[in-house]
Amino acid sequence: MYVYDEHDRQIAAERVAQFRDQTERALAGELAEEEFLPLRLQNGLYVQRLAPMLRICVPYGMLRSDQLRRLARITRDYDKGYAHFTTRTNIQLNWPNLEDVPDILAELAEVEMHANQTSGNCIRNTTTDQFSGVQADEIADPRPYCEIIRQWSTFHPEFAFLPRKFKVAVNASEQTDRAAIQVHDIGLQLVRNDQGELGFRVHVGGGLGRTPMVAPVIREFLPELDLLTYLEAVLRVYNRYGRRDNKFKARIKILVKALTPEGFAEKVEAEWEHIRTSPTRLTPEAISKFQGYFTEPAYQTLENATDVLSKQRFENREFDKWLTHNVGEHKKPGYACVTLTLKKTGTPPGDVTDYQLEQIAELADQFSFGEVRATHEQNVVLADVRQDQLFELWQRMIPLGFATANLNTLTDVICCPGGDFCALANAKSIPVAEAIQRRFDDLDYLYDLGPIDLNISGCMNACGHHHVGNIGVLGVDKKGEEFYQVSLGGDSHHNATIGKILGPSFARDQMPQVIAKLIDVYVEKRTEEETFLDTYRRVGLEPFKERVYA
Amino acid sequence: MPDVIAADGTIRNDSWVLVARPADGDSLDLPTGQPALIPADLWLAGHEHFAGRDDIGVWFDSHDEPELLAGKVNELPLIAVNFPRFVDGRGYSIARLLRERFGYAGELRAVGDVLLDQLQFMKRCGFDSYVLRADKDITKAARCLNFFSQAYQAATDTDQPLFRRRAS
Repeated sequence: MYVYDEHDRQIAAERVAQFRDQTERALAGELAEEEFLPLRLQNGLYVQRLAPMLRICVPYGMLRSDQLRRLARITRDYDKGYAHFTTRTNIQLNWPNLEDVPDILAELAEVEMHANQTSGNCIRNTTTDQFSGVQADEIADPRPYCEIIRQWSTFHPEFAFLPRKFKVAVNASEQTDRAAIQVHDIGLQLVRNDQGELGFRVHVGGGLGRTPMVAPVIREFLPELDLLTYLEAVLRVYNRYGRRDNKFKARIKILVKALTPEGFAEKVEAEWEHIRTSPTRLTPEAISKFQGYFTEPAYQTLENATDVLSKQRFENREFDKWLTHNVGEHKKPGYACVTLTLKKTGTPPGDVTDYQLEQIAELADQFSFGEVRATHEQNVVLADVRQDQLFELWQRMIPLGFATANLNTLTDVICCPGGDFCALANAKSIPVAEAIQRRFDDLDYLYDLGPIDLNISGCMNACGHHHVGNIGVLGVDKKGEEFYQVSLGGDSHHNATIGKILGPSFARDQMPQVIAKLIDVYVEKRTEEETFLDTYRRVGLEPFKERVYA
Repeated sequence: MPDVIAADGTIRNDSWVLVARPADGDSLDLPTGQPALIPADLWLAGHEHFAGRDDIGVWFDSHDEPELLAGKVNELPLIAVNFPRFVDGRGYSIARLLRERFGYAGELRAVGDVLLDQLQFMKRCGFDSYVLRADKDITKAARCLNFFSQAYQAATDTDQPLFRRRAS
């Protein structure tokens, strides 16, 4: 994992001092609200429905146990003792006081954390696959490139006031895309060319929100050394030509569409020609230096614990379920990747208490080299667990609420904080998630249904990624009343697809029944091997529509 | 005349006048006895008349294209870039292009909605003078120009991104 050097520490300390100064000037009335707004947003601070909200950055989802403990302490000392994992792998506090935020940022800086650029019209936290570095099929570990992008984008002087927010994601596996790169402003797919050289396929102009779009490819192969100069060219074209007259048309996807992907690519290439050999061009030495931070932990030479696990599975059916659903393969024999699901019915998806944060730190230290990863599905991963310790880990996790064996099932809901917390929301989202979780409380039935992404957003901004849910739910406001629009067929992976709207929206109390009818259609229509998405793609929207609106 | 902040934070007074774009059909109204900044395209249109004068500079608005003056920037004693609203970030790209692409070596001035907390970004993109919005406390400019003692990226102010400085 990346470790700060004296340069990072100095920049972080100066950032805290700067925000302290800015906050003092804002409180003294020297900064008008609209002048303070982008400054506080770029330090993670929103003013929310009930209180300020602070979004703390978790770069590409990586966290160390000491950072988890500090986060726990911060939630106790400055908040109400809980925090929320977001769909951009960040962590939100819902109740800090505005005047305490500089102190919170100072506490974060002590453990090499920050809240830089977690909001505002700037380059946001770069996200990637939560299983980076431990999957056999990855082209290369994406995290060194994510850290390179983090440093380049931090306080970039030219791109601090873009037309709109800007999100970059990196994916490393050819088989699957767990980073949803095609619905990002820039999606980078690690690839090797015919000569075996490492580089990126560059997608630009994807995104969710009001006008969801899948990002077209604007360059098939970008050599790795050219990563930053090319990003700089894309951002410069966007900064100069992205629309600033209408915030709903200001994302880069609108510019790419207006120019056409080919026209946009031409502009980028022309700009890039001027700067590709500039000092911003990466060097092999610099890349190896970043790679040096993401080396393998001290794995032991083990064999797969197949026999032990079979015996434990046989003796304990609950363990068997958990092992099947929440534990994944690892590139090293004898190790496994474990997902701690933060989707226990009755707890808002992604929420954790201070105690749970500390317990995750304990588990990380004991079972996974002291590191965890946050996922954009709002779960937490222990990526390096010994197979012969899985049973013990599972037992420890049960009382903590992390062992709900529903990973990737219907009740592993992605859900934004919605109208319970968020000032932007049109409708509540957490109660919808909970009602659906209560309706589908039979794990064996969920397993029979197979993988289904159910994504819920409380408004058009789509923090709950509803457009790319196999089933998407969007909260809408109709004359002051909360309604929910359902879409089907969304997919955030390599075949990225925006879901289609089913029809007129529903009242909140209808939602569990609506989902149940959709599921019934799938169960009736599916062939033996088909997932929900497969069946939908084969039979289309109509059968679902007929049933729900019958 | 405006107080002008230099890149080192010192404050001086000068007499440059920013001449607004004339309405359609009107001609440019130059002040008498004072140096003037005129819209870049009008300077180009009157190049024969304006070239070589040390009392005529140009200004770009945020939607203007600096490419307009490629090859001619160093004929100018002063170039200003207008920030119509401080959240309009196009001026940062214009500044870098003037400096890094077109090689402008003269004074580059930020004007318009110029506030304290953007000064260091402006400096890094090649601006070396700033006319702060009148209601802001100019005595705080020096501090705000120097919140950070170093930066991660290369920009106009340094060709050494941190990854190159670390490697050495």
